Amino acid sequence: MWRHAWRLARKDLLIEFRSRTAILSAVVFTVLVLMVFNFGRDPTAVAAVDLAPSILWVTFTFAAMLALNRAFQLELENQALDGLLLAPVSRSSIYLGKLIANLVFVGTVEAVGLPLFALFFNVRITPVLGPLVVVIALATIGFVAVGTLFSAMTGRTRFAELLLPVLLLPFMLPPLIWAVLATAALLAGRPLSEATGWLRLLAAFDIVFVTLAFVLFPATVSE
Amino acid sequence: MLLAEGLRHAFGAVRALDDISFALHAGQTLAVFGPNGAGKTTLLKVLAGLIQPRAGRAHIEGGRGAVGWIGHQPQLYGHLTVRENLRFWGSLYDVPAAEQSRRETDLLSRLDLHAHAERPVRALSRGLVQRVAIARALIHDPRVLLLDEPFTGLDRTAAEEFRRLLAGQTADRGGRVTVLVTHNVEEGTELATDVAFMRAGRFVELAPRAGRGAAAIADAYRRAVTGG
Repeated sequence: MWRHAWRLARKDLLIEFRSRTAILSAVVFTVLVLMVFNFGRDPTAVAAVDLAPSILWVTFTFAAMLALNRAFQLELENQALDGLLLAPVSRSSIYLGKLIANLVFVGTVEAVGLPLFALFFNVRITPVLGPLVVVIALATIGFVAVGTLFSAMTGRTRFAELLLPVLLLPFMLPPLIWAVLATAALLAGRPLSEATGWLRLLAAFDIVFVTLAFVLFPATVSE
Repeated sequence: MLLAEGLRHAFGAVRALDDISFALHAGQTLAVFGPNGAGKTTLLKVLAGLIQPRAGRAHIEGGRGAVGWIGHQPQLYGHLTVRENLRFWGSLYDVPAAEQSRRETDLLSRLDLHAHAERPVRALSRGLVQRVAIARALIHDPRVLLLDEPFTGLDRTAAEEFRRLLAGQTADRGGRVTVLVTHNVEEGTELATDVAFMRAGRFVELAPRAGRGAAAIADAYRRAVTGG
């Protein structure tokens, strides 16, 4: 299963590397949103450290949406999805491959966005970089897992780009809230123990929803 | 060998397949002719295992990995080169590296694609893309080839060239079983050893071609399907 999943993920990443459409859009979007929030806020009214966690996660969420929307569009061009379903590859491998590619994609956008976020909002992330990366990783796995499933469901509809956020955002609320709270605790310099509860919830969300998505994915691509 | 036994399927109230049964052995090519909506593509998808029939069963010797599919959509990635596409699809069928390399060279040569091997598929003409689609479908040397309206969208010259290439591929592997579905009798006749006429999900006739040409088959089709 892993072998086929990796081949699928590598193919998706190679295509993205060649076309650069979604990654460029997502990075430009991230930079623009951070700039707008940076120059649009009144620094005397709310401290940057109070506002920054929400802005970080709003930015990452909508940038990820661009990647997720594209994940299955790629397979619908020229009906390549039928070819994948015909091949002796398990449906779970297809899901896993898409999940890996989406995680790399969103991770890349986040790797570009995080230093920019620190720069624009003048927050010191280096002392809490390790725990912050764990928060980002756990939240990203959760919403990309659900997002990959929903992008397979909506990909064959006429309004895929509209439907995906409408379906996905309600599911993303819990991990986003926990991620914002954990990020806020870390950036405010509170002890790590204050964030471990949120980290546990994020890990539990990941386990439940990655498993569910794995089980449900075959039904979403069957006719 | 390919076996279909009492296949039935419906989409809501619309009957797509109604008691379809046939068996094909090595070297046989069945051309299924029928108007749009007759259930031809559904039949292929059921044979390929993409759709689970409501009743009956389809059996392909060698399972899903033994099927090659060529449709009017090429199932290729436009941003990958011809060779990268072949390599990717071969890897999904676990074709060993040395064998993959040999088959790539062979198919690129037979389909006259060597000069285009390193070009991205999206830069190729429709006729060339269909040739790559044949190579993609054959990269794992399938025992069963399913062809879904493969001539759609091709002009007369490109369709003629494509038919010649397909005839070469089906003949090259004597043990291969091929099912071709199309609404155009002229397109598929010369590839077929057997013909079936399909209407409203049923085979109204299934018989060996027995040397009949396109005109004779077209006459028989009109009588069987339209009653004309």
